[in-house]
Order: sequence, then structure tokens, then C-alpha cells
Amino acid sequence: MRGLLRGRLGTAAGFALGTVLLLGVAPAVLPVFSLGLLGKFLCFAIVAVGIGLAWGRGGMLTLGQGVFFGLGAYVMAMHMKLADASLFGGSGVPDFMSLYGSGEVPGWWEPFRSPAVTLLAVVLIPGLVALVLGLAIFKRRVKGAYFAILSQALAAAFAVFLIGQQATTGGSNGLSGFRSFFGFDLKDPNNKVMLYLIAAVVLLLSIALARQLMHSRFGELLVAVRDQEERVRFLGYDPATIKTVTYVVAAVLAGIAGALFVPLVGIISPADVGVIPSIAFLIGVAIGGRATLLGPVLGAVGVAAAQSALSSTFPSFWVYFQGLLFVLVIGFMPGGLASLPALLGRRRRLRTAASTPAVPATRVRTPLAAPPEPEQNATMPEEARR
Amino acid sequence: MELLIGQMFAGLSLGSVLLLAALGLSLTFGQMGVINMAHGEFMMAGAYTAFVVQQVISDAGVSLLVSVPAGFLVGGVLGLVLEAVLLRRMYHRPLDTLLVTFGVALILQQAARDIFGAPSVDVRAPGWLQGNIEVLGAPIPLTRLFILALSLLCLAGLVLLLRATPLGRRIRAVVLNRDLAETSGVSTRRSDQLTFFIGSGLAGVAGVAVTLIGSTSPYLGTNYIVDAFLVVVAGGIGQIKGAVIAAFALGVLQSVFEYSTTASVGKVLILIVIVVFLQLRPQGIFSLKTRSLA
Amino acid sequence: MRVSVNKRAFLPLAAAAMATALAGCGSQIADPASAGSTASTGTSCVDTSGSSIKVGFINSLSGTMAISESTVFDSLTLAAEEINASGGVLGKQLQVVSEDGASEPTKFAERAGKLIQQDCTAAVFGGWTSSSRKAMLPVFEANDALLFYPVQYEGLESSKNIFYTGATTNQQIIPALDYLAEQGTKSLFLVGSDYVFPRTANKIIQAYAAAKGIEILGEEYTPLGSTEFSTIVNKVRDSKADAVFNTLNGDSNVAFFRQYKSVGLAADTMPVVSVSIAEEEVPGVGLDNVEGQLTAWDYYQTLDTPANKKFVAAFKAKFGAERVTSDPMEAAYTSLYLWKAMVEKAGSFDVDKVQTAADGVTFEAPEGLVTVNGENNHITKTPRIGKINSEGLIDTVWSSPEAVEPDPFLATYDWAKDLAK
Repeated sequence: MRGLLRGRLGTAAGFALGTVLLLGVAPAVLPVFSLGLLGKFLCFAIVAVGIGLAWGRGGMLTLGQGVFFGLGAYVMAMHMKLADASLFGGSGVPDFMSLYGSGEVPGWWEPFRSPAVTLLAVVLIPGLVALVLGLAIFKRRVKGAYFAILSQALAAAFAVFLIGQQATTGGSNGLSGFRSFFGFDLKDPNNKVMLYLIAAVVLLLSIALARQLMHSRFGELLVAVRDQEERVRFLGYDPATIKTVTYVVAAVLAGIAGALFVPLVGIISPADVGVIPSIAFLIGVAIGGRATLLGPVLGAVGVAAAQSALSSTFPSFWVYFQGLLFVLVIGFMPGGLASLPALLGRRRRLRTAASTPAVPATRVRTPLAAPPEPEQNATMPEEARR
Repeated sequence: MELLIGQMFAGLSLGSVLLLAALGLSLTFGQMGVINMAHGEFMMAGAYTAFVVQQVISDAGVSLLVSVPAGFLVGGVLGLVLEAVLLRRMYHRPLDTLLVTFGVALILQQAARDIFGAPSVDVRAPGWLQGNIEVLGAPIPLTRLFILALSLLCLAGLVLLLRATPLGRRIRAVVLNRDLAETSGVSTRRSDQLTFFIGSGLAGVAGVAVTLIGSTSPYLGTNYIVDAFLVVVAGGIGQIKGAVIAAFALGVLQSVFEYSTTASVGKVLILIVIVVFLQLRPQGIFSLKTRSLA
Repeated sequence: MRVSVNKRAFLPLAAAAMATALAGCGSQIADPASAGSTASTGTSCVDTSGSSIKVGFINSLSGTMAISESTVFDSLTLAAEEINASGGVLGKQLQVVSEDGASEPTKFAERAGKLIQQDCTAAVFGGWTSSSRKAMLPVFEANDALLFYPVQYEGLESSKNIFYTGATTNQQIIPALDYLAEQGTKSLFLVGSDYVFPRTANKIIQAYAAAKGIEILGEEYTPLGSTEFSTIVNKVRDSKADAVFNTLNGDSNVAFFRQYKSVGLAADTMPVVSVSIAEEEVPGVGLDNVEGQLTAWDYYQTLDTPANKKFVAAFKAKFGAERVTSDPMEAAYTSLYLWKAMVEKAGSFDVDKVQTAADGVTFEAPEGLVTVNGENNHITKTPRIGKINSEGLIDTVWSSPEAVEPDPFLATYDWAKDLAK
């Protein structure tokens, strides 16, 4: 069974099944409200695919994906605000600007009036920011904990910055109250279904992309960089480039997810891009299995759905539960649920081994789906040596 | 002039708060590579310790003096438990410790809410810390002076411990080369536990101290954790003197930025400065020369 | 590129999927004029056939705002119980569906959608922060449902789907400024948390000050939750302003007042007027730090009205004698009764009919008689300046002679002409 799933045929069949479920079954059986929720979960799943690549495969703990998510989301939100303003207001000035700002559209908003520029910017802006950051960070061989803390500081700075610019970014309120999406009426349930379908298609495409990357030579180099960066360097590859490319891909995926999030949810605010949401992106990835292809996706959707279902009924319980998830999954099952079969298999073998003590293989680590960061041993002292 | 002195002191004072928050972190992060996101919540536990002590001993002065060691103990014990239950098995996965301890932080926050309630509680400052002394017309708050003194005291104690005791020697040996230390008969297990106890205890003391200037609420720790990490990273991992310089530099810079712009812009600027600084010196102000081959 | 097979296998799927997605397209906005009328999905699913009717409460019961919003939830719960005990609304018992906004705007939007579309509640009560209200507004408008928002806010808003039962700026901030001007205040320093309410409030204060010759000596914002005020109190002290206008939110007040006091500033020399500190917050800030400072609200627990005595007694009986009541709690309590009065006047739970009936509906609230203004969906309120007393409660030191008509866009104030263009 597992062999089949791993094979090419299995992957293709998996895609087909996923496509049927997401594009056929879900819209048919779910009411529009639930479909919208599912669409939002799918956005998180798209972010998760990127994190799976960067963190699971590349060993880069990105605590700042909220920044890229936010960049994509704000670009889209700015366009939708401007479009609404021309469609409904006539003046072309978004409502909040006349309320809290100077009543004029700042120059850097203007390019986003164009749908084409917006769509490009959704991809390019997060990508370019990640490229610059990535080159600066990875070329200087900042990694491990340094990278994690830096990316977290960036998320914090980004949120504080957005909040401070009330007249041009909506401040802590963020941007909301959208009525149209590229000319489509957002009140129309059919259009909501369409938005969901777009999110689903983008998710499927990003999974395909991740799969391609993982199984290419690049993907193998990436894992090699994660496990032994120095050796990759000795072999003549530049780990910084490999990491930067992965970082950019993850950022672009987060940006696209952000852009889809805005019309689906109807609001983007600094509360969705800061330190806490950035860490929250990780938990689903960790639970599903950070280094697997589908683990992050299923994990992200599962956690978001559980939160949606449980947090309202048991608000305090939910926080404990979320905390425990982090502790138990990362502490005791670093491979996530995807490693469960392997873990169980090992236990079974342990039991067999116990009856035949001659076999000393009990301590050999079963190759988990997620090799739990063996490189980290080396990271810190290396860092310090330089 | 008055304002200048006031501002200089504001910078120093902010630096001392940062130092107090970062000192323990520098120890646990430096020695064991554990990224303890629950460090802020250990501070929160220290702050609530001060609150509880004050319920028992109503004299604010006595209760403060009792709270400092009590906060150290509470923070330290929490740290010991965390180390023994979770982190012990994760020393080879430092990045994962970040996420695990984030989960612990969530649980501790919610526990504080369920035990003490969501609204912040009031820890009274003793009479002898109310008011200020005037230096050339600038009022220097006594609470701030107390925190400055407390942070210097903790720093001195820590340096003394590391430099002048057999325990300190063992800790330093483990930082420099864990395997070699172990081979030489140092019990790394015990050294790890003690380090974590002391580091977390310092967080508890920091928590007691900040009750004098801010609010005591379940989310107290979240205000300090990112800044404390930046101090450690900028100072150089495992470097106490780096942390001292970084803390005071950041404190003064933040005061300057905040004074010349606004608090929000100042905050963004300070983060940018750190990112740029780490571009120039990825290893921080000081770097540790280890003899480890790993 | 060893596994290009999958790419090929996938492409047709993707194409098919895109086609499906596009096929799902609904109406496009070709003619903006008609766009308004295509309007809502609003076939209301509210079930009015049984012996009970569902209402929704949406408050943050987790996250940073839970401190404040859980008190509003308590007073809403009290109001619902009282109404049920006295026979319900139109003979139907209220069945409360409660949702947690978790202090996140997106969560508020999502949960509001659930309350309307899935739970089919007849009306929803709650929200606190401006961002939560802004997030919910489009949801209520799109579904043509009703939200009752119980907190003082920055004004400049009016939606036929939201009833605002807290003060708008001319019922809180402007009276506070009037009071200060009356007291001879010539200069002010503005301190606030960095979000929409303080920034808008300060914009109004600036305009007011410019018109009335009050000098603004500084305007400072700190990130929400900030506890470091050394620099700001230094600036405040250095400015030698007559008074400070404080729009800080939540825990920042604790740090601000402590540090304010520690540099030798005090209520009798430089009073601080706060618009976000109510009875609930005083113990946390520390009574000795804020005693004697001023607040601006429309309700205090100490008010001597029969309705208030009943409200306070009922609240303490239900939640404990140590609990206090505050302005937002009173406004929330009032909001449920106002909705009841509107429904009974309309004789129906139907949103359209309730909206039509709303104008002129009154309720003898703890703060005094309030009347709904059907034009902007706000209510009349009586502004009061209070002083924090030695028990941590707030005594009224000045009160508007009569209830003030709501004017969210400050249309009746000459000096505010340029505020909302």
C-alpha cells in the first residue's frame, strides 16, 4: 500500500483524488459558508507547502512567513480597495483614506489600480523581498537559530510598521469591506464558490510544484544542505543560492496565499501577519510531517479546521490544546503524523527484537519521514567558530 | 539639559530591563543552544510570585525583598521541570526547542489566566521606592534605580559564579566542548540542569523587577521575549559581556530613536539596526572561540 | 527532472480545474448603478416558528482582549437572563449562541458569518475593538443582518446594519475637551496606543484645540501592549502641559501611570483624562497610581438612578459582590434591551422591520433614558466626567445637563468641517 502511494502512479492517483475531492465533492456537498471557511484553510495550506519546503526540506525555520503572506495580501487588498473606490465611490479614493488620511491616494498605491500590475506584484514583491533578504542572510552564512530569530524580528517589525501607517495601510484595522474582486460581485454566492475553486486549484498547483522541486536534483541538494551544509559547499555547490531559491519559492507561495485570503475572508490586518500568526503557520506543518509532500497540507487544513470547530466552544481549552500540540508533536514526534506508521513499525520490530536479544538493531533509527535536523549539532559551534 | 539627563537615564534603565530579561537567556541559549520561548513566561511566573507574596506579606517593602529570591526559585524550578521533561531529549534539535517551548509558553499563559484571571493584577511598589531623586533637575525614578542595581547585582553574581566557582568552571567547560568535558569527567547532565535552573531563575527575578514598572498580566512575557532574544543574538551567543553591551546599546538606541521619532517608528528602526548589524557581524558583538570539532 | 510524468499527468487536471473554476463564476459588476440592488444573499434563515429565538453574542473570550470583552459578555448574559425571566421577546425565550472572537479581526468576521448564516441568529451583540467592528461590518451588510456594538468608538461611521450603543466622539471626547476648556486648560499633551481610536480621537482633539486656542504640546503613540514609557513621560514632563489626554489601551495604562507617577507628576499638578480606563481597569492599574485622575464616559457604577441600582445589584448577585460595572458593560446591557424594544415596536424579528421601527425607541438605561436615532443608528447618551475615588470607583464631577444627540460625523461642529472629507 505504501509502496503504491510512493510510486509515480500513486502520486498521480493522489492528485486525481485530491482534485476530485477539492473541486468536485467539496463544492457539491458544503454550504457556501463552510466552503468559504475551507477556502481560508486552503490558503493556510498553500503557505504550509512553502514552509514544508523551506523548513522540512531545507532546515530553515522561517518564523516570518507572515511577512510574505502579508505582502501578498496587502497588495491584493490595495487593488480591491482602489477598484471598489472607482466602481462604487466614483472618487477613486478608498473610504478609510478620506476618514483617517489626507483624502488623497498616495503615489505608491497608484500602480495597484491595474489588475495586471497587482497580479504580478502578488508574486514579485514577496519574491523580491525574499530574494534580497535571502541573499543577505544566507550569503553571510546566517543560519539555524540566528535565522529563526531574525525572521521573527522581521515579522514583528512588519506588523508594527503596518499599524503605524494608519492613513495609508489602515493601521490596526487593516483593510476590509471589499465589495468586488476583479469586477466580480463578492456578495454573489457563485463568486464565493469561484474564489474557493481558485484557491483549490492554486493549492493543487503548488503541491505539484513542491513535488517537482523535491524530486529534482535541486531537491536533493536542498536536503543535503539541510543535513550537511559544509559538505555541499566542499562539493562545489553554493548552499546560499540553494537556500535562497527555496526561501523565495516559500515566500511566493505565502504571498499568493495571502492574495487569495483577502477576497475569501474579506479582511487583512496586522493581526494576521505578526509573530504569533507566523508561528501558527508552523504547527500544522509540524503535525502533518514537515518533510513530506502532503503532510504540511493536511496538517494545516486539519489544525485550522480543529481550531475553527473547537476554539469557540472551549476557548481556554483550545489554547491548552494548541500548546500541547506543539509540545507533543515537536517534542516526541518530530516527523509528524506522517512518521506514525514508521514509529509504530519500529515499536513492532522492537517487540520482536526483545524476544531475540541477539539482534542489536533496536537503537538504529528508523528512517523517519522527517530526519530530525541532524545538522543542528554542528550549526551552533560552526557559527561561533567563524 | 534636564531632558538630556532624563533621556540618558531612560536609555540606561531600558537597557537594564533588557539585560535582566536577557541574562538568563544568554546562559541557556549559550550553553545548551536551547531557544527557550517560554523564558518570557518564566518572567511572568516571577511577576505573579511577587503578587502572591504580596498577598501573604502585606508590607510592600518586605514582600519585594522576599519576592526576589522567591521569584528566582519559582522561575528556576519551572526551568528545571521543563529541562527534565522536554528539553533533555532535544539537545540535538535546537530549532525544535523553539517550537516546543512556544507551546509551553502558550500553556503557561493560559494557566496564568485561569489561575489569576485575565485582568492584570496590582503589585504595589514599596514606599521607599516611590518617588525619585533629582539629578541636575532631572527626576530619576527610584524604581528604575532599583532595577538597574538589581540587574547589575545579578550580572555580578553570574560572572562570579562562572569565573570563580568549580561549578562555573564546569559550565564553561561544557560550553566550550561538551564531548571533551564529558570525557574529562564533568557530569554534563548536572551542569545542564544547574545552568537551566540559574538561567530560568534569572527570568523569575526579571519578572519580579518589571512588576515595579509595568503591569502584571498573563501576557507580560510576550512583551519582552523578542527583544531579549535580539539582545542575545546581537551580543553573540554564549557571551555574557556581549549581552551586557548589546542590552545597554539597544536601550540607549531605542530611547534615542523613540525620542527623535515615535515609539512605533523607534521600534521598527531598532529591529532594522539589528538586522543590518547582523549582516555585518553574523556572529554578534563577540564570538565564542570553541575547541569543538563538531 | 526525473518525474516529469507527474507534471504531464497534472496539467490536464489543472486545466480542467481552471475550467471548473471559471464556470462557477457568478454575476459581474457591469453597471455599478445596479450593483447596489443585486445586493444580498439575504434570504434570512432566522427561525421564528418555535417558542424561542436565537441571538448571537460575539466577544473575545481568549487572547489579549478577553480582559475587557469577557465583562461585556457577562453583562449581555445578565440582560438575556433578565429578559427571559420576564417573558422573553414577543413571547419567545432568547436562546444565546456565543462565539469567541479570540481578539483577532479575521476571527470576528468568520464567527459573525457563522452566527448569521449557520446559526441563523436574529441579531448579534458584541465586538470591542475598532478593527473587530470594521471586520464584521461588511459581513453584516452583505447578509443584511443586525449587529449591536456596545463600546465607545472613534465615530465617522454609520451603517444601517449596526446599532452603536456606546458613545461616539461627540458624546465622550468633545465633552471631555469642553470640560477641560471650562477648567482653564490652555495646553494638552496627547498620549495613545497606536491604533485607530487614539489616532482618530487625537485628530479630532487637534481640530478642536486649533479652533479653541488650546495648544497641543505633543502627540505620542506606543505599540499596543507597550510597557516602556520612560521616554514619553520625560517628554510629557518636559512639555509642562496643563493636562494629558490619554487614549492608551489596556495594560499600557498600568505602565504609563506608574512611570508617570515615578517622575513626580501627579493628578493635582497635571491631571490625566483617560477615555479607556473604567472601573474594571482601576485595580489592575493600581489604585494609588490613578487615584484622583479624570475619566470621560457616559456611565459610572456610582450613578444614582433606580435603573442603575437595579443593574448593579443584579450584576453583583449573579457574578459576585467584588465585581464592578463599567460603561461598555452598561452599553451592552442596554443594547439587548433596546433590541427587545425595537422588535416589540416592529412586532417582528424581521431585520427590515426592526430597522424601520428603531427610530425613537427608548429605554430607561442605568445611565438614564436613551433614545435611538434612526438616522445614524446611534443612541443619545449623557456624557460625564469622573474622578477616580479612593475605593477605585469613579465619582461624577461633571455631567452634561441633558442627553446628547449622537453626531458620528461631527456635522454640527464648525471646526470639524475638514475632518471627514
